[in-house]
Amino acid sequence: MKILSVENLSRSFGGIKANNDISFEVAEGTILGVIGPNGAGKSTLFDLITGYTKTDNGKVSFFNKDISGLSPDKISSLGIGRTFQKLKPFADQTLLENVMIGSFVKEDNIKKARDKALEIIDFVDLIEKRHHFARELSTGQRKRLEMARAMAIEPKLLLMDEVTGGVDQKTIPGLVELIKKLKKSGVTIITIEHNINIIMEISDNILALDQGKRIAYGTPKEIQKNEEVIDSYLGTVDAT
Amino acid sequence: MDKLLIAKSEPLWNTDKRIISLIGSLIVLLFALPHFGLNSFYLHLMIMIFMHAVMAQSWNVIAGFSGQISLGHGAFFGIGAYATSFLYVQYGISPWIGIFVGMIISGIAAVLIGIPMLRLSGHYFAIATLLIGISFQIIFQRWEWVGAASGVWVPMTSGDSLLALQFHSSKMPYYYIFLVFFIITFFLVWLLSRSKLGYRLRAVRDDPQAALSLCINVSNYKIIAYVISAMIMAPMGSLFAQYILIIDPDRVFNIEISIIVLLITVLGGIGNVWGPIVGAAILIPISEYSRIYLGGTGGAVDLILYGLILMLICIFRPEGLISFFPKNILERKKQR
Repeated sequence: MKILSVENLSRSFGGIKANNDISFEVAEGTILGVIGPNGAGKSTLFDLITGYTKTDNGKVSFFNKDISGLSPDKISSLGIGRTFQKLKPFADQTLLENVMIGSFVKEDNIKKARDKALEIIDFVDLIEKRHHFARELSTGQRKRLEMARAMAIEPKLLLMDEVTGGVDQKTIPGLVELIKKLKKSGVTIITIEHNINIIMEISDNILALDQGKRIAYGTPKEIQKNEEVIDSYLGTVDAT
Repeated sequence: MDKLLIAKSEPLWNTDKRIISLIGSLIVLLFALPHFGLNSFYLHLMIMIFMHAVMAQSWNVIAGFSGQISLGHGAFFGIGAYATSFLYVQYGISPWIGIFVGMIISGIAAVLIGIPMLRLSGHYFAIATLLIGISFQIIFQRWEWVGAASGVWVPMTSGDSLLALQFHSSKMPYYYIFLVFFIITFFLVWLLSRSKLGYRLRAVRDDPQAALSLCINVSNYKIIAYVISAMIMAPMGSLFAQYILIIDPDRVFNIEISIIVLLITVLGGIGNVWGPIVGAAILIPISEYSRIYLGGTGGAVDLILYGLILMLICIFRPEGLISFFPKNILERKKQR
């Protein structure tokens, strides 16, 4: 069953077409990887789906319900969680408080909200850091914080923007495991990734963007063979 | 798994018995204080500390909890003052009812101001509220129905009257009334800070974008904070009007009110429930004594002092004086 369908989504900033006529679908319980060079429009796509940026054209449907034009808080209430490329933890609050703000969405009782937050913090393997202020955590830990916070709203769909970006190599395997664990728990995931090995490993399908346009969509194997993707993106991997 | 169980078994709040008994004995001490032969001046000083602590707590809710810097909070103080005095003088309505009317009018005013203004971000909201605070003063200076510039004179009752909230023989009843309001406000704001609403307001303060991703309607929550804040401020205006019995726009809509609540909160510790109390307990005596020793009308010396204190705090203790207290005593946050 499809959980999300994006039809002919477009958005321009000035003269630049950040997203140009993008369409795709995501099946429930799968991971969709989004790849593309810098400036391809990946983060804009996330902002359009989650309501942070208004669309010029096109439609976003969540469980066949049109959600285009809704505000971000309404969209998140429907069950779409997200993390941010530029991390946005509540810096002056503890890890536990950060996650509790998320768990309050489904739970009014403060003790239950706290316990649920603790379970999620345990799930992302940060239980010992629960009383640390978010600003004291490392980048990798803050990425986990954002994932935990987004999970706390019990999303059906989770959009993750560069989970492994900006963290040291040692931290990456743990984050990858976490994404797999999340999928197992039944959450559908769309993830933006620059690390091509990771995206090939975890994704069921991959959407490749370049200069705001969809250049390919398919399974990891299909994408690896796609000439346009190789030209615009995969071909540059060795150079970087 | 063990670690999770340990974490779950932790108490939700700081339940340190020493702190609870310290607060308890402080409250008992405050209730007993007037019986230790405090003269009129000291009673007045304590009343001003209670009043300003509540006013600063009001500002703390909007600025400290939800992150919106209001520079026109004096407006709600003035509304409270006028509501009780005007209703009593014109219609003979007890100031006790007037207090609630003032709270409701302030709340409504906060919604009406908040809906357009809270869409403005950061500095623009601060500037807009500054202008709103000043325009309230100008409107009341010209509004004949409420006495224009000469204000409202509350007729004195022949003796002490609890119903009319007037006490002429001693300041002690005022002391207790302000004290009760102070304790109630403190307790309610403490509850607020630990409630779901409190958590959500801090989310709005720390990162509105992230708050949106957690189903929080940022605009609505800012308005809720503004309304709560206004409704805490108004009763202090009402009680102050009953305390001095003569109000006019220059006094109750004075910009100094909007500034001093900011100073007290920043001095004590913004965003911290205890901050306004510490700030008021330090700044109000400085203000009162500087008025006594450095100039009859207060002049500008106390203002210079305020400026100096604020500069020193911003440079050396941006978290306010409350940060001198060990964190794990007042807050349950622990840095391990």
